[in-house]
Amino acid sequence: MAARPALAHSAPAWPTGPAPRGFTALAAAGAVVLALAVGAAHYMEERGHVVTGMGNEVVWGLPHVFAIFLIVAASGALNVASVGSVFGVAAYKRRAALSALLALALLVGGLLVLVLDLGRPERLVVAATHYNFRSIFAWNMILYNGFLAIVAGYVWVNLERRFASLATPVGILAFVWRIVLTTGTGSIFGFLVARQGYASGLVAPLFLAMSLAWGLAVFLLVQGALARWHGAPVPEAFRLRLRRLLGVFVATVAYLTAVLHLTNLYWAKQAAFERFILVDGTPYAFLFWAGWAGLGTAVPLVLVFHPRLRGPRATAMAALAVIAGAFAQLYVFIIGGQAFPLEIFPGYAASSDFRDGAIAPMSRAFRKRFWAWGD
Amino acid sequence: MRVMAAGLLALALAGAAWAGSRAPVLDAPRGEKCVEDAATMRRSHMDFLRHQRDETVHRGIRGARHSLAGCVECHANAKDGAVLGSPSHFCQGCHAYAAVKLDCFECHASRTRAAQAGRQARSP
Amino acid sequence: MNPIDTSRRAFLGRTAAFAGVALAPGVLLYEFAAAREAGQEASAAVRWGMLVDTTRCASGCTACVDACNAEHGVPKASRPTDAQWIRKVELKDLRTGAVRSAPVMCQHCAEPPCVDVCPTGASFKRADGIVLVDRHTCIGCRYCMMACPYKARSFVHEPTTGQKTDTPRGKGCVESCNLCAHRVDRGEKPACVDACSAAGHRAIVFGDLNDPSSEIALRVRSVATSQLRADLRTDNGVRYQGL
Repeated sequence: MAARPALAHSAPAWPTGPAPRGFTALAAAGAVVLALAVGAAHYMEERGHVVTGMGNEVVWGLPHVFAIFLIVAASGALNVASVGSVFGVAAYKRRAALSALLALALLVGGLLVLVLDLGRPERLVVAATHYNFRSIFAWNMILYNGFLAIVAGYVWVNLERRFASLATPVGILAFVWRIVLTTGTGSIFGFLVARQGYASGLVAPLFLAMSLAWGLAVFLLVQGALARWHGAPVPEAFRLRLRRLLGVFVATVAYLTAVLHLTNLYWAKQAAFERFILVDGTPYAFLFWAGWAGLGTAVPLVLVFHPRLRGPRATAMAALAVIAGAFAQLYVFIIGGQAFPLEIFPGYAASSDFRDGAIAPMSRAFRKRFWAWGD
Repeated sequence: MRVMAAGLLALALAGAAWAGSRAPVLDAPRGEKCVEDAATMRRSHMDFLRHQRDETVHRGIRGARHSLAGCVECHANAKDGAVLGSPSHFCQGCHAYAAVKLDCFECHASRTRAAQAGRQARSP
Repeated sequence: MNPIDTSRRAFLGRTAAFAGVALAPGVLLYEFAAAREAGQEASAAVRWGMLVDTTRCASGCTACVDACNAEHGVPKASRPTDAQWIRKVELKDLRTGAVRSAPVMCQHCAEPPCVDVCPTGASFKRADGIVLVDRHTCIGCRYCMMACPYKARSFVHEPTTGQKTDTPRGKGCVESCNLCAHRVDRGEKPACVDACSAAGHRAIVFGDLNDPSSEIALRVRSVATSQLRADLRTDNGVRYQGL
């Protein structure tokens, strides 16, 4: 370890040196969020999930919105590394380590939220020793852990000059792995045959497109913040390339989302569900149109493709809008998809004291948000 | 090395002596004798239960020799029909003494069937 | 999973089955099987099932639900976070206005989606077709609840008290109707079935679908019955008549 060659002439993406001012403040803010998260997780552990606002209809709630954002974005944060190592573009390669580290951090954060949300988080060892290979969830555990290992290896071969020749093969492996990983994450929902909002082969490619867009948005924000902090702006040409890439990804998400809903609209059995998501459902229809379509798609597309908006501020705004839209989209997809009643008796109006045929309640408990922040 | 072993031995002996003086006084069981001898049960009851739980839950095998419900029926306190509740209650008393977490009864009934029925009658 | 001596098992089943006895005037109880002997495992030759006759099920009657709650020590549900193993659903045909009532519980599918998705295998199907949760290995991820087409499963959101010996249940795990496996293993019927008979409706028939001479098999053969969400091909053990 001591014999590590100097990195000075490998042209770092940002200046090195003593920690800039504000580092302590940032670390302290992080610690506060972490403390809140630990407190909230402990509170839920003591009282049970009754304090979360989730119930027996909406069984996956806000923690899952955050967790799935982080997990999906994690795979996308690897974009820059992929372009660098798989397609051999030098400007990207220099930022490969940042991209990979970001991917690791996002994935660990997302998995932590998921684990803390388990009814029995202390039984994680059971999950690690009992595998049901018919479960896409079990496959995902392997995919997530594999991703962590491969990307950690990728960071290593990128920073260790002796292994420079390995960067490309490991980069390709990471690229393939993360495509499989996001396909797996999407399939968690895509395989749910019983629920109208999910059962579709389009969910996996949609998640893949979302990961590309969201991960790149997170990367752009972090890169921009680092650059500002160090007073060394990101080279404009590079930023503009990433910016345009973000636009392409956002458009791809919009396309796949549109196809998903249009195919649903064609099927009579899905009409009521689509009406719920797109027109009637509160707050789902509003979040879909204003949150995802407006803020998350139209705004970033304008910011990215308008010829006059070329500055770093507009790029950052676009990335922020994409992330805001991502949360809106996931909220509609995950919670809206569960809030719509299961159609157990087609052709009948059903009612019961277990809320058959009724829109599921989602109580507004704010505590769960605390521990969703603990990434 | 030898000094360390001797030290450990001394510690263990001291611990045993200290523990011996505070061995818990537990509720007397009903029935003639346990399904295994006491020493075997002390050492291996958790393994018996663990094995039996998989047999019963997954394969549906009933009436087996080792069952948690069987433990409770014999070892419950004569008055309240429970194995938890005070340092003299059978399961709680020994687990507290041995400092081993006892989580069976987070889910399993800690009272005899008779005690449950009595309770049911009082508060429907 | 486990090789089973089915021939002997089937023979035992047949001899015990159809000891149809008149216990009281006007009440005919079909004894479907004797209690399984101690040490014997559930047999794959048996497929336990239920037939719900919606034409006999009385609107507003909750005898089955109350009996289930009492049998399993599950408190009466009122909030979205409360567990519910069986519920009464009131149905109105959207075209004809015809009104039906029916209990809905775990449908004990032959191809259960909950078993497919469970990452640890805690959600499983016993050899005799009963779908169960092994709460020793359930981690509380609730994926089975996402996958179940019938909203049959509940998550225990709070610490529990007052458990019954035959029904362990605790915070952080998923649970659902277990077809009263402990009663069935003793040779009895599920609590809801007995309660429905006691209430005078006899709307639920329980028995071995694989035994051609059982009451349920006879009924399923002779009248039109349906499975909920038959489009999913989960092949439910619970069937409905009159829907």
